[in-house]
Amino acid sequence: MTTPARLTIVAATEWLSERARWHPLEFLFWIAAFAAIYLMPSRHLILTEIAWLGLFALSLDLILGYAGIISLGHAAFFGLGAYTAALLAKHEIINEPAAALLIAGVAAMALGFLTSFLVLRGSDLTRLMVTLGVALVLRELANRNGWLTGGADGLQGVTIKPLLGTFRFDMFGHTGYIYCLTVLFILFLLARRMVNSPFGLSLLSVKDNPLRASAIGISVDARLVAVYTVAAGYAGIAGALLAQTTAFASLEVFSFDRSADLLLVLIIGGAGYLYGGLIGAIVFKIMQDYLSALTPQYWPFWIGLVLVVIVLVGRDRITSWTAPIRLFAERLNWRALKRRPAASITEEHLS
Amino acid sequence: MTIVLETIELTKRFAGILATNNVSLELTRGSRHALIGPNGAGKTTLINLLTGVQRPTSGRIVFDGEDIGKLSTHERVRRGIVRTFQINQLFSELTPLETIGLAVSERRGQGLDWWRIVGSRPDLVTEAVEILEHFRLTDVIDKRTAILPYGKQRLLEIAVAIACRPRVLLLDEPAAGVPEDERHEILAAVAALPADVTVLLIEHDMDIVFSFADRISVLVNGALFVEGSPEEVARDPRVKAVYLGEELADG
Repeated sequence: MTTPARLTIVAATEWLSERARWHPLEFLFWIAAFAAIYLMPSRHLILTEIAWLGLFALSLDLILGYAGIISLGHAAFFGLGAYTAALLAKHEIINEPAAALLIAGVAAMALGFLTSFLVLRGSDLTRLMVTLGVALVLRELANRNGWLTGGADGLQGVTIKPLLGTFRFDMFGHTGYIYCLTVLFILFLLARRMVNSPFGLSLLSVKDNPLRASAIGISVDARLVAVYTVAAGYAGIAGALLAQTTAFASLEVFSFDRSADLLLVLIIGGAGYLYGGLIGAIVFKIMQDYLSALTPQYWPFWIGLVLVVIVLVGRDRITSWTAPIRLFAERLNWRALKRRPAASITEEHLS
Repeated sequence: MTIVLETIELTKRFAGILATNNVSLELTRGSRHALIGPNGAGKTTLINLLTGVQRPTSGRIVFDGEDIGKLSTHERVRRGIVRTFQINQLFSELTPLETIGLAVSERRGQGLDWWRIVGSRPDLVTEAVEILEHFRLTDVIDKRTAILPYGKQRLLEIAVAIACRPRVLLLDEPAAGVPEDERHEILAAVAALPADVTVLLIEHDMDIVFSFADRISVLVNGALFVEGSPEEVARDPRVKAVYLGEELADG
């Protein structure tokens, strides 16, 4: 084969790493999130909820948006993480919250690994049923083993010790928000790195065409097990954050409503670009907060209406209803600069 | 002549239909072997069996002296048994560059790298670009595969297979559906395959078959009907009868 021009190789490198490049809006997003520590101290409680919900939705995005695995039982991992963290604190097994958080994540990963084999085969419908079933089983296990979990009353008497032995969790959620946001940011960076790696690209390929993926030597099953396990760990950590910031865990962490709401959150934000879960969490929580203040009993009506509208706008693919908006935003600013013809990029690089 | 891939009494039965009937086929190293036969003769099923997409009802598949019948598709690809599909199987949302890059990185065993950003290995990018240039795909290198012209997609289908560095390449009607004036590009790509690669070609177009193959096997109703050099097969009255019969039936 002939040796290709260096120009083309440089351009190709540019194009390949394009997905991984930071968008100016991303910086803005995180600066705003951290600025809220100082600028919105009175809203830290709801911001805390947004942070762990965003992490939970990010976890679902990893499997749905990147690997095409749909789940109606993601609360199984969330719940396991929540109970693990709450139990570790209650029985004073591990007193440092950040360490307990790690253990909760590992426990959820273990459950994710074991149950991943159930979602390898079958259609979306099978996967919905299997994931739903796993969450129901876990909820009932927690219900039956009241000696451990407190059963239907929930796990009472949990005291969360100060973070890193120094920072107390206060009733205004100041520590809680900084803690949750930091954890979210670190795990987001890891996820962002992962989805833009060769491994992440292989997940997209598996989602796109599993037959071809295996025909280029990708072990489709192993990749799905890997991402499902990682995502379960993320969900477990999100659950643990809830338990630690509220010093409580109840059967509700496993509930079907929680899994269903999560899917809603991700659809609101759009799957497959990591920010969907975070944006969805913001919109969902603010809507919930605003609408439930307005009409305490009927707010699900409005959420339902919004969902219908979103799906109608997205029509063929609910996961990408934001695509036109994003495309528009990209056209507006930097896309034009970025998608220059190969020659102009490369000349600049070689000079 | 070393045998690189062989099937021994391979049989595949689908709910009463014998798709592959006791096929014992030998591919010698570096050969250009064509597999022909009327529609529904079981050619694609045979490829599916060889690549592990389907499991045989009975019989064995031996590659380089190793029984690979129990191996999954991706394990066979790692050993060098690579195929193209009759109907394009590509990553519609990825670009040709990403597709080829992925195939190269998987072949090098770097597919599980999760910490490294895509495109951060210059040698890998260089190899991917070389392959794309060779298949004249540089002008669409960064387009979504779904929007490529059909002829380009067909070339990409072969390019992906080459990126896996096959030792045995199974080509399932590579020129299928490609307009006459674009065919030469596909055929040139097929003709330019490295000489040490063993190729099994499924094709209906007899001009292509006879210009390409040094050995031809004829499959009829799932069973191996005739096998020999192109001259032998061309002279064989039974083959003529099969094809003539089909043409009469079609006409």
